[in-house]
Amino acid sequence: MLAFLLTLMLLLSVVIVLAYAERKVAAFMQDRLGPTEAGPYGSLQAVLDVLKLLQKEDIVPAQADKSLFKLAPILIFAAVFAGFAVIPFTPDVVPAGIGIGVFYLLAIVSLDVVGLLMAGWGSNNKYAMLGAMRSVAQIVSYEIPAGLAILSAVMICQSLDFQEISYQQGVLLHAFPGMEYETNWLFGIQALGIDTTTIGGITTWNIFRAPMLLVAFIIYFIASLAESNRAPFDIPEAESELVAGFHVEYSGFRFAVLFLAEYSMMVLVSLVAVVLFLGSWNTPLPNIGAAQLANWTTGSVGALSGNLWAAFWLLSKTFVLLFVQLWARWTYPRLRVDQLMHLCWKVLTPLALAVVLAAGIWRLLMI
Amino acid sequence: MIFYIFAILAVLSGVYMVLTRNLLYAGFSLLVTLLSLAGIYVLLFADFIAATQLMVYVGGVLVLILFGIMLSSRVHDKSVVSENTNKVWGTVITFLVLVGMFHTILNANLGALPWLQTADTAVLGQQKSTVQAIGIKLMTDFVVPFEVASLLLLIALMGAAYIATDKQKV
Repeated sequence: MLAFLLTLMLLLSVVIVLAYAERKVAAFMQDRLGPTEAGPYGSLQAVLDVLKLLQKEDIVPAQADKSLFKLAPILIFAAVFAGFAVIPFTPDVVPAGIGIGVFYLLAIVSLDVVGLLMAGWGSNNKYAMLGAMRSVAQIVSYEIPAGLAILSAVMICQSLDFQEISYQQGVLLHAFPGMEYETNWLFGIQALGIDTTTIGGITTWNIFRAPMLLVAFIIYFIASLAESNRAPFDIPEAESELVAGFHVEYSGFRFAVLFLAEYSMMVLVSLVAVVLFLGSWNTPLPNIGAAQLANWTTGSVGALSGNLWAAFWLLSKTFVLLFVQLWARWTYPRLRVDQLMHLCWKVLTPLALAVVLAAGIWRLLMI
Repeated sequence: MIFYIFAILAVLSGVYMVLTRNLLYAGFSLLVTLLSLAGIYVLLFADFIAATQLMVYVGGVLVLILFGIMLSSRVHDKSVVSENTNKVWGTVITFLVLVGMFHTILNANLGALPWLQTADTAVLGQQKSTVQAIGIKLMTDFVVPFEVASLLLLIALMGAAYIATDKQKV
Protein backbone atom coordinates (compact mmCIF):
# COMPACT_ATOMS: atom_id res chain seq x y z
CA MET A 1 0.00 0.00 0.00
CA LEU A 2 2.82 2.38 0.90
CA ALA A 3 4.63 1.46 -2.32
CA PHE A 4 1.43 2.17 -4.22
CA LEU A 5 1.06 5.65 -2.78
CA LEU A 6 4.74 6.50 -3.11
CA THR A 7 4.86 5.38 -6.72
CA LEU A 8 1.70 7.33 -7.48
CA MET A 9 3.10 10.48 -5.88
CA LEU A 10 6.40 10.09 -7.71
CA LEU A 11 4.62 9.46 -10.98
CA LEU A 12 2.36 12.48 -10.56
CA SER A 13 5.27 14.78 -9.85
CA VAL A 14 7.29 13.41 -12.78
CA VAL A 15 4.30 13.81 -15.09
CA ILE A 16 3.72 17.41 -13.95
CA VAL A 17 7.36 18.22 -14.63
CA LEU A 18 7.11 16.47 -17.97
CA ALA A 19 3.98 18.36 -18.99
CA TYR A 20 5.72 21.62 -18.16
CA ALA A 21 8.90 20.52 -19.94
CA GLU A 22 6.89 19.56 -23.00
CA ARG A 23 5.58 23.09 -23.37
CA LYS A 24 8.86 24.78 -22.59
CA VAL A 25 10.95 22.52 -24.84
CA ALA A 26 8.44 22.92 -27.64
CA ALA A 27 8.52 26.68 -27.18
CA PHE A 28 12.29 26.95 -27.19
CA MET A 29 12.60 24.73 -30.23
CA GLN A 30 10.22 27.01 -32.06
CA ASP A 31 11.94 30.15 -30.78
CA ARG A 32 9.05 31.06 -28.49
CA LEU A 33 8.96 31.62 -24.75
CA GLY A 34 6.25 29.15 -23.73
CA PRO A 35 4.35 29.65 -20.48
CA THR A 36 5.69 32.63 -18.55
CA GLU A 37 2.85 33.97 -16.41
CA ALA A 38 2.06 31.39 -13.71
CA GLY A 39 4.86 31.19 -11.17
CA PRO A 40 8.54 31.78 -11.91
CA TYR A 41 9.18 31.07 -15.62
CA GLY A 42 5.65 29.71 -15.87
CA SER A 43 6.54 26.69 -13.78
CA LEU A 44 3.09 26.45 -12.19
CA GLN A 45 1.39 26.25 -15.57
CA ALA A 46 1.11 22.45 -15.60
CA VAL A 47 -0.26 22.33 -12.05
CA LEU A 48 -2.86 24.94 -12.89
CA ASP A 49 -3.81 23.08 -16.05
CA VAL A 50 -4.53 19.98 -14.00
CA LEU A 51 -6.55 22.00 -11.47
CA LYS A 52 -8.57 23.52 -14.31
CA LEU A 53 -9.26 20.07 -15.76
CA LEU A 54 -10.45 18.78 -12.40
CA GLN A 55 -12.98 21.60 -12.09
CA LYS A 56 -14.51 21.06 -15.50
CA GLU A 57 -17.81 19.34 -16.00
CA ASP A 58 -17.64 15.62 -16.60
CA ILE A 59 -19.50 15.32 -19.89
CA VAL A 60 -20.72 11.95 -21.08
CA PRO A 61 -22.13 12.13 -24.61
CA ALA A 62 -25.81 11.15 -24.79
CA GLN A 63 -25.22 8.62 -27.54
CA ALA A 64 -22.15 7.10 -25.93
CA ASP A 65 -22.02 3.63 -24.46
CA LYS A 66 -21.98 5.02 -20.93
CA SER A 67 -20.50 2.19 -18.89
CA LEU A 68 -17.68 1.52 -21.37
CA PHE A 69 -17.04 5.24 -21.77
CA LYS A 70 -16.66 5.69 -18.02
CA LEU A 71 -14.62 2.55 -17.45
CA ALA A 72 -12.06 3.05 -20.23
CA PRO A 73 -9.84 5.79 -18.70
CA ILE A 74 -9.59 3.84 -15.46
CA LEU A 75 -8.60 0.66 -17.27
CA ILE A 76 -6.01 2.45 -19.39
CA PHE A 77 -4.39 4.14 -16.43
CA ALA A 78 -4.54 1.01 -14.27
CA ALA A 79 -2.77 -1.00 -16.99
CA VAL A 80 0.03 1.52 -17.34
CA PHE A 81 0.35 2.08 -13.63
CA ALA A 82 0.51 -1.65 -12.93
CA GLY A 83 3.65 -1.71 -15.04
CA PHE A 84 5.43 0.46 -12.50
CA ALA A 85 5.08 -2.26 -9.88
CA VAL A 86 8.15 -4.13 -11.06
CA ILE A 87 10.48 -1.19 -11.74
CA PRO A 88 13.35 -1.03 -9.23
CA PHE A 89 13.89 2.54 -8.10
CA THR A 90 16.94 1.92 -5.91
CA PRO A 91 18.90 -1.18 -4.80
CA ASP A 92 16.43 -1.61 -1.92
CA VAL A 93 13.22 -0.10 -3.20
CA VAL A 94 11.21 -2.07 -5.70
CA PRO A 95 7.42 -2.10 -5.30
CA ALA A 96 7.07 -5.78 -6.24
CA GLY A 97 10.28 -7.67 -6.98
CA ILE A 98 8.81 -10.63 -8.79
CA GLY A 99 11.01 -13.08 -10.67
CA ILE A 100 9.37 -12.60 -14.06
CA GLY A 101 9.20 -8.81 -13.94
CA VAL A 102 10.08 -8.17 -17.59
CA PHE A 103 7.52 -10.65 -18.87
CA TYR A 104 4.88 -9.34 -16.48
CA LEU A 105 5.50 -5.81 -17.68
CA LEU A 106 5.08 -6.77 -21.33
CA ALA A 107 1.89 -8.64 -20.48
CA ILE A 108 0.25 -6.04 -18.27
CA VAL A 109 0.96 -3.16 -20.61
CA SER A 110 -0.90 -4.98 -23.37
CA LEU A 111 -4.07 -4.47 -21.29
CA ASP A 112 -3.76 -0.83 -22.25
CA VAL A 113 -4.83 -1.77 -25.78
CA VAL A 114 -8.16 -3.15 -24.60
CA GLY A 115 -8.80 0.11 -22.76
CA LEU A 116 -8.08 2.10 -25.90
CA LEU A 117 -10.57 0.03 -27.89
CA MET A 118 -13.10 0.49 -25.10
CA ALA A 119 -12.65 4.27 -25.16
CA GLY A 120 -12.85 4.46 -28.93
CA TRP A 121 -15.97 2.34 -29.12
CA GLY A 122 -17.67 3.82 -26.08
CA SER A 123 -17.39 7.36 -27.40
CA ASN A 124 -19.61 6.52 -30.37
CA ASN A 125 -17.67 8.91 -32.52
CA LYS A 126 -16.02 8.27 -35.86
CA TYR A 127 -12.85 10.11 -34.98
CA ALA A 128 -12.49 8.37 -31.66
CA MET A 129 -13.09 5.01 -33.30
CA LEU A 130 -10.55 5.62 -36.06
CA GLY A 131 -8.05 6.94 -33.55
CA ALA A 132 -8.44 3.89 -31.34
CA MET A 133 -8.10 1.55 -34.32
CA ARG A 134 -4.94 3.24 -35.53
CA SER A 135 -3.52 3.39 -32.05
CA VAL A 136 -4.13 -0.29 -31.37
CA ALA A 137 -2.80 -1.39 -34.76
CA GLN A 138 0.33 0.62 -34.13
CA ILE A 139 0.86 -0.59 -30.57
CA VAL A 140 0.31 -4.25 -31.46
CA SER A 141 2.73 -4.02 -34.41
CA TYR A 142 5.48 -2.22 -32.53
CA GLU A 143 5.27 -4.60 -29.59
CA ILE A 144 7.14 -7.09 -31.76
CA PRO A 145 10.42 -5.17 -32.33
CA ALA A 146 10.20 -3.80 -28.78
CA GLY A 147 9.72 -7.30 -27.39
CA LEU A 148 12.61 -8.67 -29.44
CA ALA A 149 14.91 -5.86 -28.30
CA ILE A 150 13.97 -6.56 -24.67
CA LEU A 151 14.51 -10.26 -25.31
CA SER A 152 18.09 -9.67 -26.43
CA ALA A 153 18.80 -7.75 -23.22
CA VAL A 154 17.20 -10.54 -21.21
CA MET A 155 19.36 -13.10 -23.02
CA ILE A 156 22.51 -11.21 -22.08
CA CYS A 157 21.42 -10.83 -18.46
CA GLN A 158 19.95 -14.34 -18.12
CA SER A 159 17.22 -12.99 -15.92
CA LEU A 160 13.67 -11.70 -16.09
CA ASP A 161 14.00 -9.89 -12.78
CA PHE A 162 14.50 -6.15 -13.22
CA GLN A 163 16.35 -5.88 -9.93
CA GLU A 164 18.81 -8.63 -10.87
CA ILE A 165 19.39 -6.98 -14.25
CA SER A 166 20.05 -3.72 -12.43
CA TYR A 167 22.59 -5.24 -10.06
CA GLN A 168 24.45 -6.82 -12.96
CA GLN A 169 25.16 -3.45 -14.50
CA GLY A 170 27.32 -1.88 -11.80
CA VAL A 171 29.83 -2.18 -9.03
CA LEU A 172 27.25 -3.69 -6.67
CA LEU A 173 27.19 -6.94 -8.66
CA HIS A 174 28.38 -9.03 -5.73
CA ALA A 175 25.82 -7.52 -3.37
CA PHE A 176 22.98 -9.40 -5.08
CA PRO A 177 22.27 -12.76 -3.47
CA GLY A 178 23.27 -15.56 -5.83
CA MET A 179 25.71 -13.49 -7.87
CA GLU A 180 28.64 -13.35 -5.44
CA TYR A 181 30.99 -15.05 -7.90
CA GLU A 182 29.87 -13.42 -11.12
CA THR A 183 32.32 -11.31 -13.08
CA ASN A 184 31.86 -8.53 -15.60
CA TRP A 185 34.39 -8.49 -18.44
CA LEU A 186 35.16 -5.60 -20.77
CA PHE A 187 32.61 -5.76 -23.63
CA GLY A 188 31.45 -8.95 -21.96
CA ILE A 189 34.20 -10.99 -23.61
CA GLN A 190 36.12 -13.11 -21.16
CA ALA A 191 38.94 -13.71 -23.67
CA LEU A 192 39.99 -10.07 -23.44
CA GLY A 193 40.77 -10.75 -19.79
CA ILE A 194 39.94 -7.26 -18.52
CA ASP A 195 37.85 -7.54 -15.39
CA THR A 196 35.45 -4.60 -15.06
CA THR A 197 33.56 -5.90 -12.04
CA THR A 198 35.21 -3.42 -9.71
CA ILE A 199 35.52 -0.67 -12.31
CA GLY A 200 31.78 -0.38 -12.75
CA GLY A 201 30.30 2.79 -14.15
CA ILE A 202 29.46 2.89 -17.83
CA THR A 203 31.73 -0.08 -18.59
CA THR A 204 29.24 -2.45 -16.99
CA TRP A 205 26.10 -0.99 -18.52
CA ASN A 206 24.32 -3.37 -20.83
CA ILE A 207 24.98 -1.28 -23.94
CA PHE A 208 28.71 -1.49 -23.12
CA ARG A 209 28.77 -5.04 -21.79
CA ALA A 210 27.29 -6.31 -25.02
CA PRO A 211 27.69 -3.66 -27.73
CA MET A 212 24.92 -5.05 -29.94
CA LEU A 213 22.51 -3.97 -27.23
CA LEU A 214 23.17 -0.41 -28.35
CA VAL A 215 21.30 -1.33 -31.54
CA ALA A 216 18.66 -3.07 -29.45
CA PHE A 217 18.32 0.07 -27.34
CA ILE A 218 17.74 2.25 -30.40
CA ILE A 219 15.18 -0.23 -31.75
CA TYR A 220 13.44 -0.30 -28.39
CA PHE A 221 13.44 3.47 -28.15
CA ILE A 222 11.88 3.93 -31.58
CA ALA A 223 9.30 1.23 -30.88
CA SER A 224 8.52 2.75 -27.50
CA LEU A 225 7.80 6.08 -29.14
CA ALA A 226 5.22 4.28 -31.24
CA GLU A 227 3.81 2.44 -28.25
CA SER A 228 3.20 5.63 -26.35
CA ASN A 229 1.73 7.32 -29.46
CA ARG A 230 4.40 9.98 -29.51
CA ALA A 231 5.48 11.90 -32.56
CA PRO A 232 6.64 10.94 -35.16
CA PHE A 233 4.27 8.04 -34.58
CA ASP A 234 1.23 10.06 -33.60
CA ILE A 235 -1.16 9.29 -36.43
CA PRO A 236 -3.66 7.98 -33.83
CA GLU A 237 -3.99 11.54 -32.59
CA ALA A 238 -3.36 13.34 -35.86
CA GLU A 239 -4.95 16.69 -35.09
CA SER A 240 -5.44 17.67 -38.70
CA GLU A 241 -7.57 14.66 -39.56
CA LEU A 242 -8.87 13.07 -36.35
CA VAL A 243 -9.25 16.11 -34.06
CA ALA A 244 -7.65 14.29 -31.12
CA GLY A 245 -7.97 10.56 -31.61
CA PHE A 246 -9.59 8.19 -29.16
CA HIS A 247 -9.99 10.77 -26.38
CA VAL A 248 -11.85 13.34 -28.44
CA GLU A 249 -15.08 13.00 -26.44
CA TYR A 250 -13.51 13.08 -23.00
CA SER A 251 -13.46 16.09 -20.74
CA GLY A 252 -12.69 17.06 -17.17
CA PHE A 253 -11.39 14.41 -14.82
CA ARG A 254 -11.60 11.58 -17.32
CA PHE A 255 -9.53 13.49 -19.81
CA ALA A 256 -7.01 14.23 -17.06
CA VAL A 257 -6.74 10.50 -16.36
CA LEU A 258 -6.18 9.69 -20.04
CA PHE A 259 -3.61 12.45 -20.26
CA LEU A 260 -1.91 11.11 -17.15
CA ALA A 261 -1.91 7.59 -18.58
CA GLU A 262 -0.31 8.80 -21.78
CA TYR A 263 2.46 10.62 -19.98
CA SER A 264 2.89 7.70 -17.56
CA MET A 265 3.39 5.46 -20.55
CA MET A 266 6.19 7.73 -21.74
CA VAL A 267 7.79 7.61 -18.30
CA LEU A 268 7.35 3.85 -18.09
CA VAL A 269 8.96 3.07 -21.44
CA SER A 270 11.84 5.39 -20.62
CA LEU A 271 12.32 3.72 -17.25
CA VAL A 272 12.33 0.30 -18.88
CA ALA A 273 14.87 1.47 -21.45
CA VAL A 274 17.09 2.84 -18.68
CA VAL A 275 16.82 -0.30 -16.55
CA LEU A 276 17.43 -2.74 -19.38
CA PHE A 277 20.05 -0.91 -21.41
CA LEU A 278 21.46 2.15 -19.68
CA GLY A 279 22.64 0.68 -16.40
CA SER A 280 19.47 1.14 -14.37
CA TRP A 281 20.20 2.99 -11.13
CA ASN A 282 23.96 2.59 -11.50
CA THR A 283 26.30 5.52 -11.83
CA PRO A 284 27.87 6.27 -15.24
CA LEU A 285 31.23 7.16 -13.65
CA PRO A 286 33.79 4.33 -13.52
CA ASN A 287 36.44 3.71 -10.87
CA ILE A 288 39.74 4.86 -12.34
CA GLY A 289 42.69 3.82 -10.17
CA ALA A 290 42.63 5.81 -6.96
CA ALA A 291 39.73 7.96 -8.12
CA GLN A 292 36.93 5.69 -6.97
CA LEU A 293 34.30 7.68 -8.84
CA ALA A 294 31.86 4.78 -9.09
CA ASN A 295 32.05 3.93 -5.41
CA TRP A 296 31.71 7.58 -4.40
CA THR A 297 28.64 8.08 -6.52
CA THR A 298 26.98 4.80 -5.59
CA GLY A 299 26.86 4.91 -1.81
CA SER A 300 26.31 1.76 0.20
CA VAL A 301 23.41 -0.62 -0.21
CA GLY A 302 20.78 -0.28 2.47
CA ALA A 303 22.02 3.10 3.62
CA LEU A 304 20.35 6.40 2.75
CA SER A 305 23.24 7.44 0.52
CA GLY A 306 22.86 4.36 -1.68
CA ASN A 307 19.15 4.96 -2.13
CA LEU A 308 19.52 8.65 -2.88
CA TRP A 309 22.30 8.17 -5.41
CA ALA A 310 20.42 5.34 -7.12
CA ALA A 311 17.18 7.30 -7.35
CA PHE A 312 19.10 10.31 -8.61
CA TRP A 313 20.82 8.37 -11.40
CA LEU A 314 17.70 6.51 -12.40
CA LEU A 315 15.59 9.65 -12.59
CA SER A 316 18.20 11.75 -14.35
CA LYS A 317 18.74 9.09 -17.03
CA THR A 318 14.97 8.80 -17.42
CA PHE A 319 14.65 12.54 -17.85
CA VAL A 320 17.34 12.52 -20.51
CA LEU A 321 15.36 9.92 -22.46
CA LEU A 322 12.14 11.85 -21.93
CA PHE A 323 13.86 14.94 -23.26
CA VAL A 324 14.87 13.00 -26.35
CA GLN A 325 11.23 12.01 -26.79
CA LEU A 326 10.17 15.66 -26.70
CA TRP A 327 13.03 16.60 -28.97
CA ALA A 328 12.00 13.97 -31.53
CA ARG A 329 8.47 15.31 -31.49
CA TRP A 330 9.55 18.72 -32.73
CA THR A 331 12.16 17.40 -35.14
CA TYR A 332 10.44 14.78 -37.24
CA PRO A 333 7.23 15.09 -39.22
CA ARG A 334 4.50 12.52 -38.71
CA LEU A 335 4.87 9.21 -40.55
CA ARG A 336 2.26 8.02 -43.01
CA VAL A 337 0.56 4.70 -42.27
CA ASP A 338 2.48 2.84 -44.96
CA GLN A 339 5.78 4.31 -43.77
CA LEU A 340 4.85 3.32 -40.24
CA MET A 341 4.25 -0.30 -41.19
CA HIS A 342 7.29 -0.35 -43.48
CA LEU A 343 9.50 0.81 -40.63
CA CYS A 344 8.06 -1.72 -38.22
CA TRP A 345 7.94 -4.86 -40.34
CA LYS A 346 10.70 -4.37 -42.89
CA VAL A 347 13.31 -2.46 -40.92
CA LEU A 348 12.95 -2.81 -37.17
CA THR A 349 11.72 -6.41 -36.93
CA PRO A 350 14.47 -8.01 -39.10
CA LEU A 351 17.07 -5.87 -37.38
CA ALA A 352 15.76 -6.90 -33.97
CA LEU A 353 15.87 -10.56 -34.99
CA ALA A 354 19.50 -10.13 -36.05
CA VAL A 355 20.27 -8.51 -32.71
CA VAL A 356 18.65 -11.42 -30.86
CA LEU A 357 20.88 -13.85 -32.77
CA ALA A 358 23.96 -11.73 -32.08
CA ALA A 359 23.03 -11.52 -28.39
CA GLY A 360 22.80 -15.30 -28.23
CA ILE A 361 26.28 -15.70 -29.72
CA TRP A 362 27.67 -12.94 -27.52
CA ARG A 363 26.32 -14.67 -24.45
CA LEU A 364 28.44 -17.70 -25.32
CA LEU A 365 31.55 -15.50 -25.30
CA MET A 366 30.64 -14.06 -21.92
CA ILE A 367 30.75 -17.24 -19.89
CA MET B 1 -10.29 -16.06 0.30
CA ILE B 2 -8.61 -14.35 -2.64
CA PHE B 3 -9.23 -17.50 -4.62
CA TYR B 4 -12.97 -17.23 -4.06
CA ILE B 5 -13.00 -13.61 -5.17
CA PHE B 6 -11.25 -14.51 -8.42
CA ALA B 7 -13.37 -17.62 -8.86
CA ILE B 8 -16.64 -15.74 -8.39
CA LEU B 9 -15.48 -13.02 -10.76
CA ALA B 10 -14.50 -15.57 -13.37
CA VAL B 11 -17.79 -17.45 -13.11
CA LEU B 12 -19.96 -14.32 -13.11
CA SER B 13 -18.23 -12.75 -16.06
CA GLY B 14 -18.26 -16.07 -17.88
CA VAL B 15 -22.02 -16.39 -17.32
CA TYR B 16 -22.53 -12.80 -18.44
CA MET B 17 -20.46 -13.46 -21.53
CA VAL B 18 -22.67 -16.37 -22.50
CA LEU B 19 -25.97 -14.69 -21.69
CA THR B 20 -25.46 -11.23 -23.14
CA ARG B 21 -26.68 -10.62 -26.65
CA ASN B 22 -24.25 -7.81 -27.35
CA LEU B 23 -21.09 -9.33 -28.76
CA LEU B 24 -18.92 -6.43 -27.69
CA TYR B 25 -20.00 -6.73 -24.06
CA ALA B 26 -19.31 -10.42 -24.33
CA GLY B 27 -15.78 -9.56 -25.47
CA PHE B 28 -15.19 -7.23 -22.56
CA SER B 29 -16.54 -9.68 -20.00
CA LEU B 30 -14.20 -12.25 -21.51
CA LEU B 31 -11.48 -9.82 -20.45
CA VAL B 32 -12.63 -10.05 -16.84
CA THR B 33 -12.77 -13.84 -17.06
CA LEU B 34 -9.24 -14.05 -18.43
CA LEU B 35 -7.90 -11.65 -15.82
CA SER B 36 -9.48 -13.62 -12.97
CA LEU B 37 -8.05 -16.83 -14.38
CA ALA B 38 -4.62 -15.18 -14.46
CA GLY B 39 -5.13 -14.27 -10.80
CA ILE B 40 -5.95 -17.88 -9.98
CA TYR B 41 -2.82 -19.04 -11.81
CA VAL B 42 -0.75 -16.70 -9.66
CA LEU B 43 -2.31 -18.21 -6.55
CA LEU B 44 -1.26 -21.63 -7.86
CA PHE B 45 2.40 -20.48 -8.09
CA ALA B 46 2.19 -20.58 -11.89
CA ASP B 47 3.48 -17.07 -12.49
CA PHE B 48 4.73 -17.80 -15.99
CA ILE B 49 1.38 -19.22 -17.06
CA ALA B 50 -0.38 -16.19 -15.59
CA ALA B 51 1.75 -13.72 -17.51
CA THR B 52 1.45 -15.81 -20.66
CA GLN B 53 -2.31 -15.84 -20.20
CA LEU B 54 -2.32 -12.05 -20.14
CA MET B 55 0.10 -11.76 -23.01
CA VAL B 56 -1.49 -14.26 -25.39
CA TYR B 57 -5.17 -14.12 -24.56
CA VAL B 58 -5.66 -10.52 -23.45
CA GLY B 59 -2.96 -8.89 -25.56
CA GLY B 60 -3.49 -11.08 -28.60
CA VAL B 61 -6.66 -13.10 -28.94
CA LEU B 62 -9.02 -10.71 -27.18
CA VAL B 63 -7.76 -7.69 -29.08
CA LEU B 64 -8.19 -9.62 -32.30
CA ILE B 65 -11.76 -10.55 -31.34
CA LEU B 66 -12.63 -6.96 -30.43
CA PHE B 67 -11.03 -5.70 -33.60
CA GLY B 68 -13.07 -8.15 -35.62
CA ILE B 69 -16.31 -7.12 -33.91
CA MET B 70 -15.59 -3.43 -34.30
CA LEU B 71 -14.59 -3.64 -37.94
CA SER B 72 -17.62 -5.71 -38.88
CA SER B 73 -20.23 -3.65 -37.07
CA ARG B 74 -21.46 -0.08 -37.03
CA VAL B 75 -22.17 -0.61 -40.70
CA HIS B 76 -25.89 -0.47 -40.10
CA ASP B 77 -25.37 1.74 -37.07
CA LYS B 78 -26.21 -0.83 -34.43
CA SER B 79 -24.16 -3.10 -32.24
CA VAL B 80 -23.58 -6.66 -33.26
CA VAL B 81 -26.10 -8.93 -31.62
CA SER B 82 -25.78 -12.68 -31.47
CA GLU B 83 -28.69 -14.91 -32.41
CA ASN B 84 -30.02 -18.17 -31.06
CA THR B 85 -29.82 -21.12 -33.40
CA ASN B 86 -29.92 -24.90 -32.88
CA LYS B 87 -31.69 -24.53 -29.52
CA VAL B 88 -32.60 -28.19 -29.04
CA TRP B 89 -29.28 -29.72 -30.01
CA GLY B 90 -27.38 -27.06 -28.09
CA THR B 91 -29.30 -27.76 -24.90
CA VAL B 92 -28.93 -31.52 -25.22
CA ILE B 93 -25.17 -31.43 -25.87
CA THR B 94 -24.47 -28.91 -23.11
CA PHE B 95 -26.49 -30.97 -20.67
CA LEU B 96 -24.64 -34.15 -21.63
CA VAL B 97 -21.25 -32.46 -21.27
CA LEU B 98 -22.32 -31.11 -17.86
CA VAL B 99 -23.38 -34.55 -16.66
CA GLY B 100 -20.17 -36.08 -17.99
CA MET B 101 -18.01 -33.54 -16.22
CA PHE B 102 -19.88 -33.91 -12.92
CA HIS B 103 -19.55 -37.65 -13.16
CA THR B 104 -15.79 -37.43 -13.82
CA ILE B 105 -15.10 -34.90 -11.09
CA LEU B 106 -17.16 -36.76 -8.47
CA ASN B 107 -15.46 -40.06 -9.26
CA ALA B 108 -11.94 -38.73 -9.70
CA ASN B 109 -11.13 -38.66 -5.98
CA LEU B 110 -8.51 -35.97 -6.57
CA GLY B 111 -7.33 -35.87 -2.97
CA ALA B 112 -5.98 -39.39 -3.16
CA LEU B 113 -3.67 -38.79 -6.15
CA PRO B 114 -0.17 -39.94 -5.19
CA TRP B 115 1.70 -36.85 -6.43
CA LEU B 116 -0.71 -34.62 -4.54
CA GLN B 117 -0.11 -36.54 -1.32
CA THR B 118 3.64 -36.18 -1.58
CA ALA B 119 3.73 -32.65 -2.97
CA ASP B 120 5.50 -29.94 -1.05
CA THR B 121 3.65 -26.72 -0.29
CA ALA B 122 6.80 -24.70 -1.03
CA VAL B 123 6.49 -25.38 -4.74
CA LEU B 124 9.10 -22.93 -5.88
CA GLY B 125 11.79 -23.89 -3.38
CA GLN B 126 14.93 -21.87 -4.00
CA GLN B 127 13.76 -20.65 -7.40
CA LYS B 128 12.22 -17.22 -7.67
CA SER B 129 9.89 -18.28 -10.46
CA THR B 130 8.92 -21.27 -12.55
CA VAL B 131 10.65 -19.88 -15.63
CA GLN B 132 13.94 -21.75 -15.17
CA ALA B 133 12.19 -25.09 -14.69
CA ILE B 134 9.91 -24.51 -17.68
CA GLY B 135 12.84 -23.48 -19.86
CA ILE B 136 14.88 -26.55 -18.98
CA LYS B 137 11.92 -28.86 -19.53
CA LEU B 138 11.15 -27.27 -22.90
CA MET B 139 14.71 -27.73 -24.10
CA THR B 140 15.07 -31.33 -22.85
CA ASP B 141 11.99 -33.50 -22.28
CA PHE B 142 9.52 -31.57 -24.43
CA VAL B 143 11.69 -30.29 -27.24
CA VAL B 144 9.91 -32.28 -29.97
CA PRO B 145 6.36 -31.15 -29.10
CA PHE B 146 7.72 -27.62 -28.75
CA GLU B 147 9.28 -27.66 -32.21
CA VAL B 148 6.24 -29.34 -33.76
CA ALA B 149 4.01 -26.65 -32.28
CA SER B 150 6.24 -23.92 -33.69
CA LEU B 151 6.19 -25.61 -37.10
CA LEU B 152 2.41 -25.81 -36.96
CA LEU B 153 2.16 -22.13 -36.12
CA LEU B 154 4.50 -21.28 -38.97
CA ILE B 155 2.32 -23.24 -41.39
CA ALA B 156 -0.77 -21.50 -40.06
CA LEU B 157 0.92 -18.13 -40.52
CA MET B 158 1.89 -18.91 -44.09
CA GLY B 159 -1.63 -20.17 -44.82
CA ALA B 160 -3.14 -17.00 -43.39
CA ALA B 161 -0.80 -14.85 -45.45
CA TYR B 162 -1.68 -16.85 -48.55
CA ILE B 163 -5.42 -16.53 -47.99
CA ALA B 164 -5.12 -12.83 -47.30
CA THR B 165 -3.06 -12.11 -50.41
CA ASP B 166 -4.80 -10.22 -53.12
CA LYS B 167 -4.80 -12.81 -55.91
CA GLN B 168 -4.97 -10.89 -59.11
CA LYS B 169 -5.71 -12.62 -62.39
CA VAL B 170 -3.08 -11.42 -64.77
